[in-house]
Amino acid sequence: MVSSGALPDPSFLFAQALSGLTAAMFLFLIAAGLSLIFGVLRVLNFSHGSFYMLGAYLAYQVVQWAATTPGRFWWATIGAALGIAALGGVVERLLLRHLYAKEELYQLLFTYALVLILGDVAKKLWGTGQLSVSRPPGLTGAVELFGTRLPYYNLFILLLGPAIALAFWIVLHRTRTGRFIRAAALDREMLGALGVNVTGLYTGVFVIGSFLAGLGGALVTPVKTIVPGMDVEIIVEAFIVVVIGGLGSFWGTFLGSIVYGQVLSFGILIFPRFSIFSVFALMAVVLIVRPWGLLGRPLR
Amino acid sequence: MIERLARVPWGPLVMVAAFFVPALGSRFYTFVATDVVIMGLFAVSLNLLIGYTGLVSFGHAAYFGIGAYTTGILMKKLGVPFVLAFPAAGLGAGLAALVFGFFCVRLTKIYFAMLTLAFAQIVWAICFKWNDVTGGEQGMPEIPYPALDWMQRLPFFGDFRASDHFYLVTVVLVALCFWTLRRIVGSPFGRLLTTIRENPERAEFIGVSVRRYELIAFVIAGIFAGLAGGLFGIFNRGVFPDFAYWTKSSEVLIMTLLGGMGSFWGPAVGALVLLVLNQQITSYTEYWPFVLGTVLIVILFAFPGGIVGALAAGVTRLRMRHA
Repeated sequence: MVSSGALPDPSFLFAQALSGLTAAMFLFLIAAGLSLIFGVLRVLNFSHGSFYMLGAYLAYQVVQWAATTPGRFWWATIGAALGIAALGGVVERLLLRHLYAKEELYQLLFTYALVLILGDVAKKLWGTGQLSVSRPPGLTGAVELFGTRLPYYNLFILLLGPAIALAFWIVLHRTRTGRFIRAAALDREMLGALGVNVTGLYTGVFVIGSFLAGLGGALVTPVKTIVPGMDVEIIVEAFIVVVIGGLGSFWGTFLGSIVYGQVLSFGILIFPRFSIFSVFALMAVVLIVRPWGLLGRPLR
Repeated sequence: MIERLARVPWGPLVMVAAFFVPALGSRFYTFVATDVVIMGLFAVSLNLLIGYTGLVSFGHAAYFGIGAYTTGILMKKLGVPFVLAFPAAGLGAGLAALVFGFFCVRLTKIYFAMLTLAFAQIVWAICFKWNDVTGGEQGMPEIPYPALDWMQRLPFFGDFRASDHFYLVTVVLVALCFWTLRRIVGSPFGRLLTTIRENPERAEFIGVSVRRYELIAFVIAGIFAGLAGGLFGIFNRGVFPDFAYWTKSSEVLIMTLLGGMGSFWGPAVGALVLLVLNQQITSYTEYWPFVLGTVLIVILFAFPGGIVGALAAGVTRLRMRHA
C-alpha cells in the first residue's frame, strides 16, 4: 500500500492505469457480446462466461495440435472464436429459441444450466489442472513507456480493444444488418411485421456474441492460466461492466470496462482488502441512481 | 379417491413424520433430513418473492448468509445462547433486507434481479474479506451446538445423539416458520401480493402502495432466509462466505423451480428432491453440476410448473377422466 501523505511515484500510477486499461480491454471483448445479446434478445446470458472459458480451452487445444505450425496462436484464436460461434448458434437454434415466449426467469435459469453443464464438460475434457499458452512469437518482447515496461502483447490488446469497438460501431451504424439489429433492440414485433426475419437475426446476434466470447477466451490465454472456474469469475465481472455502462448500450459497455478496470486497479491501492467490494458497490450505486446504466436507455 | 388424497394436509403430516427420522437410528438419514428441512425453509422463503409476489430475486443467499454469520458470530465468539442467537439471525437478515430492499423494489424485472445480485455480492465480498469478524476466506468453523442437555431427560427422544437433538429442534422451529409463512400467504396481505404479481398497474390503481407491499414481502422473505441460514450454520458446523455467493442464490432458485413455484410446499419438495438426488448421485460421479444442469433443462422445457405443478396437472387429468 502507498504510504499516506506522500504522493506516489507518477510512473507507478501510470503503470497501474495501464494494467487497469489492459484488463478493461479484455473485459470489453467479453462484455460487448453479453451486452449485444441482452440488447437484442433481452436474455441475460450467464453462459457467456462458459463460452469464454471454452474459447480458452479450445485455443489451448489447437495450439497443442498444431505444435509446429508457424502462426499457430493466431490459427488457434480464429479457430476457437469460430468454434464457439458455432456452439452458440446450435444452442440458440435448438434450445434457447423455445424459451423466448416464457418469463425471464426461465431464460436466466436455462443459461445457468448451460454454465453447470459446460463447466463439467470442460473439466471432463481438459481436467482440473492449470493450462497455459505462450505468447505468440512476434509479441514476446516489451516496450519501455514512461519508465514502465509494457509487454508487446498487452500493447496489442490495448490497440485491439478500440479496433474491435470501432468495427462493431461501423457494423451497427453503417450497415443494413446493423440497422436491423438496432431496430430489433427497440421493437422486435414491428421489425417482424415489416418483413425482416427476426428469428434469423436473433440467431445471428447470438452467434456474434458467442464469437466475441470465444475470441476473448482465446486471446486471454497468454496472460492468464486456464482453469476451471474462470467462467464464473469472468461472468460476474462482465455483468458489473454492462450494468455500469448500461445493459444493451454499446459505448456504455466500452466505458463500463474502462471504469471497472480503473476502479479495480486503483481500488487495490486505496483499500487493499476491499477492492472487489469497491466494484460491487459501484455497481449497486449505478443501479440505484441510474438503473439503465451510465450510457444506457431506460427499458420500456 | 383422488379427491380424498388431495385433501389430506400433506405439509403438516410430513412435518410430523419428519420428527421420527432419528428413530431410524442412522446418522446419515438425520444429516440429510436436517439439510432438507433447513433448505426447504430457505426455498419457501424465496417463493414468497418469486411465486407469490412475482419478484425474481437473484441474491436471496445474502440473507441466508447474514443469518448464518449472525448466529455463528453470536454463538461462537460472544457465547450468546441459541435462544437469543437464533432470532437474531432473522433480525439481522431482516434489517439487511429492509435496507437493500428499499432500493431494490424501486426497480423492476431484470434490474430488480441485477440489484439483488449486486447486493448479495457485496455481502459476499464483506464476508470474504473482513477477516477479523467473519474469518474471511477461511470462514468460521466450529460453531457450537446449542445447549440441548435438557433433551436427554425427555422420554423416547432422550438417548439420541446431539445431532439428532439439534435436528428435532430444527424441525420444530422450521415447522413454526412454515406455519407463520402459511398464515402470511393466506392472509389479505398475502392475497394482495398475488394481486401485485398478476398486475402491478391495476394493484396501484386500486390504491395499493405496490412498492411498500413489495418491500414488506422482501423483508419477510429475508427474515425467514436468515433464520434458515442461522440453523444451517450450526448444522454445517461452520459458516463460510459461499453461503452468500451467487451460486447459492441460483441453487435455491433451482430448488424452487424444481418443486414448483405455483404452490406453497412446492419449493420444499424441490429442496427434498434436489438434496436426495445430490446425495445419491455424488456417490456415483463427481459430475453433479452436469446432472443438475441437465435436470434443470428438462424441467424448463418439459415441466415448467415443477414437480408439484406436474402432479397437480396429472391429478386434474385423472379427475377429468373419472368425471
